[in-house]
Amino acid sequence: MEDFTWRVGGPQGGGIETAATLFAQALARGGWWVSARREYHSNIMGRHSYLDVRAARRPTRAFYERVDLLAALDAETLARHLGEVKPGGVLIYDPDAARLPLSKLAMLDGAAYKRISAALGGGDPPLEKAVERYQEVGVRLVPLALEPLAREVGEAVGADAITAKKTLNTVAVAASLALLGYPLEFLDAALTAQFAAKPGVAELNRKVAAEVYRRVEPLADAGLEPVGPAGERIYLNGSHASAMGKVAAGLGFMSYYPITPATDEPFYLEAHPESGVVVVQVEDELAAVNMAIGASMAGARAALTTSGPGFALMTEALGFAGITETPLVVSLYQRGGPSTGLPTRTEQGDLRFALGAGHGDYPRAVLASASVADNFYDAALAMNISQRFQLPVIHLTDKYLASTTRVVEPFDAGAIEPDPGVVAADTEGVFPRFSLDAEGGVSPRIPVGTPGAGYWITSDEHDEIGHITEDPELREAMMEKRATKLEALKEWLGPQEMYRVYNPEAGTLVLGWGSTEGVALEAIEGLDLGYLQVRFLLPFPDIEEIIAGKRLVVLEYNQSGQFANLLAQETGRKPDHLIVKYNGRPMTIEEVREALAAVLAGEAPEYLVLRGGV
Amino acid sequence: MDLKLADYKSDLAPDWCPGCGDYGILSALQSALYKLEIEPSRAVLVSGIGCSAKTVHYASTYGIHTLHGRGLPVAQGVKLANPELTVVAMAGDGDGMGIGAGHFVGIGRRNIDMLYLVFNNEVYGMTKGQASPTLELGAQPKSLARPNIQSKVNPLMLAFASGFTFIARGYAYDVKNLTRLMQQGIEHKGLAMIDILQPCPTYNNLHTREWFAPRVYDVNAEGYDPQVPREMGDSERAERMARFTLKATEWGERIPTGVFWQAELPSFEERLGEFLPGYPETAPATREPGGEAGRAAALMRGHRVA
Repeated sequence: MEDFTWRVGGPQGGGIETAATLFAQALARGGWWVSARREYHSNIMGRHSYLDVRAARRPTRAFYERVDLLAALDAETLARHLGEVKPGGVLIYDPDAARLPLSKLAMLDGAAYKRISAALGGGDPPLEKAVERYQEVGVRLVPLALEPLAREVGEAVGADAITAKKTLNTVAVAASLALLGYPLEFLDAALTAQFAAKPGVAELNRKVAAEVYRRVEPLADAGLEPVGPAGERIYLNGSHASAMGKVAAGLGFMSYYPITPATDEPFYLEAHPESGVVVVQVEDELAAVNMAIGASMAGARAALTTSGPGFALMTEALGFAGITETPLVVSLYQRGGPSTGLPTRTEQGDLRFALGAGHGDYPRAVLASASVADNFYDAALAMNISQRFQLPVIHLTDKYLASTTRVVEPFDAGAIEPDPGVVAADTEGVFPRFSLDAEGGVSPRIPVGTPGAGYWITSDEHDEIGHITEDPELREAMMEKRATKLEALKEWLGPQEMYRVYNPEAGTLVLGWGSTEGVALEAIEGLDLGYLQVRFLLPFPDIEEIIAGKRLVVLEYNQSGQFANLLAQETGRKPDHLIVKYNGRPMTIEEVREALAAVLAGEAPEYLVLRGGV
Repeated sequence: MDLKLADYKSDLAPDWCPGCGDYGILSALQSALYKLEIEPSRAVLVSGIGCSAKTVHYASTYGIHTLHGRGLPVAQGVKLANPELTVVAMAGDGDGMGIGAGHFVGIGRRNIDMLYLVFNNEVYGMTKGQASPTLELGAQPKSLARPNIQSKVNPLMLAFASGFTFIARGYAYDVKNLTRLMQQGIEHKGLAMIDILQPCPTYNNLHTREWFAPRVYDVNAEGYDPQVPREMGDSERAERMARFTLKATEWGERIPTGVFWQAELPSFEERLGEFLPGYPETAPATREPGGEAGRAAALMRGHRVA
């Protein structure tokens, strides 16, 4: 096998995340390039959740819609993932659960019930009908009641009934890997690592896994082998990467108010004091942003993470950072909006908002990450830009990247130099913090509290030492000084930081931003298409020459085509095709490829909505 | 360095109305810093928006004039980034008890080592005299179109419920005692709040200097002891709480000022230091640059596949 995907589905809070981690770690230890994505409801326990683990012999960038092996830990998974296992793929399911009628699935909402009922021929069908559907398209059925198996196996290794039940996830992973014929030793090592803090639990789970391997026969075409040593590789998600990037660039302070999916980052830093970061959970996002601004004024490198609703509350203070020229980074983890929207699903609906957040005119930088690795390097870059140019930087990322876990080579932290910013040398007495003698709009800076000096900071328009002014000429001079920064930033970045272009010779160019890059690059493989990833949305790069004379296709995760509109504003070019997705589910390689093939064949409409995903 | 009181004054002339209580508060604050020999560049004053917020511009310390209601979070950020600094936050009653009330409760739970001044004149001065959250029900200063139809919040009681460890009240025209209260508040190890009663000569024609003068008295001079040491037993503490409540709600013929409550509790900085090695001695704004890549690498090691 070159490239395959395992999906595990079950109730939220039932430990399927642990199952996915074990599966992923077992394969990663055998040298596979593993990635995992997580789909879940805004719920603590009980509602449907699933994870895809993709393993390949080379690094990958995205996920497929249809999987090779589906391990259904409950009846609802059978119903929800109809049509999502490839012909020739495998379905592991509980034959007893399949006897339930659809109406017995307590967590299946009305819309899903209607859709699935219709797909199965109407009425209240038993789930055996769903099993038949899998079989009809050539999916191989493996009826394996995992819960009874966990009980039996638990008993065989001497565990009591309650403890045995807790090993269900290990049983599911062991059964899947045994079917695939993957050597037990890798799962054994993954279990030891997973339960490192509880050697007794590790021991029991290892025994359970071995017992499952004894009982489950490999498939006829089994023979999944390790592909090599894992070397120095690390396995982490976009939240971890973003946190590490900020630390590498000198992060010292992060305040936060809990919000999905942005809080994993400060929560992670809080759990790792070796990061050296002061992390403070506060009463609301107003406090979070203003506290970070205060810390930054005092000389700490400060950053925040939030998502749409929290970012909405932060906007007044963004302008405060703007007018006071205070370095500040906000990693904005986009999720489905507007309002509470789809709290646990992905979207790119906050581009326009990020570009215009806050009243009045002030310079800010907006960049968007495409991958877990980008989250690391971009978070660091955002920190350095904010220090050097003394402005707020909005680092756009999203729920998909936050909850996608990937095996990568370690990031090059040593290559990141925390930018010291433009620091004043002579600081005795009243200090002109907002000096108009400012190259690139950047006045030399000293932090608040610097001994022997003093100045003021105000959210009002101000003079060079920070006192309030309403003088018309001074106002103009200050506005012009601040506005200069964007041109200076653009020059400092250079085109290589602002965009990435692939296969630019092609006559048709797909354009995207943020997390569309991965899926686009996999989807265009073998097609006569180029791809342009716009990394900086503000300042916007000079791409006129690259797009000149090309047919343009924009791919993005929002209904109105926010990037397409920005493109038109910045370049005067309206894309020939706009492909969007706004159902909260990540774009899959199949659906993007199909849409782009239609474009090439001249069969695509100007506006095309991708509707895949569970 | 030989410091003079004048060293705490900036070159800017205040633009408050004649007779405004803000003058007394500014004067007391400058005197308190001077008497404590806090070097001006080691003090940071942080305000919100409104008449009170301009105070920071008239002192020669570092001054941060923030957004309406947001002085407290900015001040906390400064203090946590550099715990060596003396931080004094201030807000008007609208700023502190209205739009910023959430932060008042939030900071109370932390006990960060700083002083918070509430400039309490019962009206929104800068926007022409609307009722502030501390104006009592039914009162109608001349700027209001109708009597106030909302009840007032008591800053002392709210501070108590929120966990402030030093709670005091001062009077803007009694600069001597206000200075002493500010000195005590700055020296207090933990979070201190002083509710400062002040007439607004322009918009509050009810609670004027003449109205306050015969009413305010020094509660500590009458033998009220605010100290609540760590080792105090539960029943005595409960008795102190009851006594606090009686004094904090006394209003009308007699209005107490002074220190109402001073308790001992580990500061937020100390609590944070239990989890974050080296803090607060080394803090984000005071540590030497370097070691960033090593810290990131340490995090990465936790993610090694094998």
